[in-house]
Amino acid sequence: MIVRISGEGQFDVPEGHVGELNRLDEDLTKAVDSGDEAQFTSSLEALLTSVRTAGEELPADWIGPSDLVLPSPDSSIHEVREVLGDEGLIPG
Amino acid sequence: MGLMRRFSSIFKAKASKTLDKYEDPRETLDYSYERTLEMLQKMRRAVADVATSRKRIELQAQQLQRSAAKLEGQAKQAVSQDREDLAREALTRRQAIATQLTDLQAQHDQLKAEEARMVEGSRRLQAKVDSFRIRKETMKANYTAAEAQTKVNEAISGIGEEMGDVGLAMQRAEDKVAQMQARSGALDELMASGALDDASMSSDRLQAELDRGFAEPAVEAELSRIKGELPGGSTTAKQIDAPDETPVKAPAETQAEAPVEEERR
Repeated sequence: MIVRISGEGQFDVPEGHVGELNRLDEDLTKAVDSGDEAQFTSSLEALLTSVRTAGEELPADWIGPSDLVLPSPDSSIHEVREVLGDEGLIPG
Repeated sequence: MGLMRRFSSIFKAKASKTLDKYEDPRETLDYSYERTLEMLQKMRRAVADVATSRKRIELQAQQLQRSAAKLEGQAKQAVSQDREDLAREALTRRQAIATQLTDLQAQHDQLKAEEARMVEGSRRLQAKVDSFRIRKETMKANYTAAEAQTKVNEAISGIGEEMGDVGLAMQRAEDKVAQMQARSGALDELMASGALDDASMSSDRLQAELDRGFAEPAVEAELSRIKGELPGGSTTAKQIDAPDETPVKAPAETQAEAPVEEERR
């Protein structure tokens, strides 16, 4: 599946790796919900590193939609919340 | 739902709004291409804005560094004149400048990173624009096939997503630039207020006292030299006039020749 790291590019990640991403996503979700910035930074980095290592970066001229879009590496909780906007943090 | 999926769906919903859809997807292709070109232009302007903001910070830092170096020199002069009070004052000011410099360095690093990301983003967008330009004509020509229609939709949502991402990056950069500009403005005001007085002004009390510290012994020395020359004179009239002339002239000369003045400028 195609995963975009915002501000960085798109990666082709094997389907078998989704379980691992979901697990890392749980940590990230907890960090955002609790507002723990340090925890957020480290779990985001773990998630992105996992995408970069398991996936293969697509060339810049590749054009197509992504299955998942992840925040950029230096995002803050505030910036992520801003993107989530009106949807807030309550799962829709 | 986890953050990853929530972020993805909102991001994609927003990205899909960046492009208007026409009834005929072939028109959407052309429209998307035009919008992408516009985006590339905007992106380049944004890169220039970040660079301007970065350069402003560099100029401020240079100015502060010059002041810090000057204050260091002044502290040394003060110590050599046994004026610990003045040395302390110079070093205190220098310390305040050092704090500002650390802060500026951090801002500079942030902007530098932002600039690099934007340049990289422009490069990716350029690659996509080039590839999109070629592919859209082929896609338009083969559009009747069902498979081709899927490809068109994929290309359009792919390019829309890229625009959304670039848009987000530009928003971030604009916010950062606005923040930095506000801080730069505040620092300019702080510098103008004299709180970080760079002590380079001729009216500066610290420097004036130091100059006096150097000038006074020199004036004294000149005075004793002249006094010493007086009794040994052989001619009369001119020599008698001389003391009136020379002491008036001497302080002006010594000040102009004072080593402090030379070093300072």
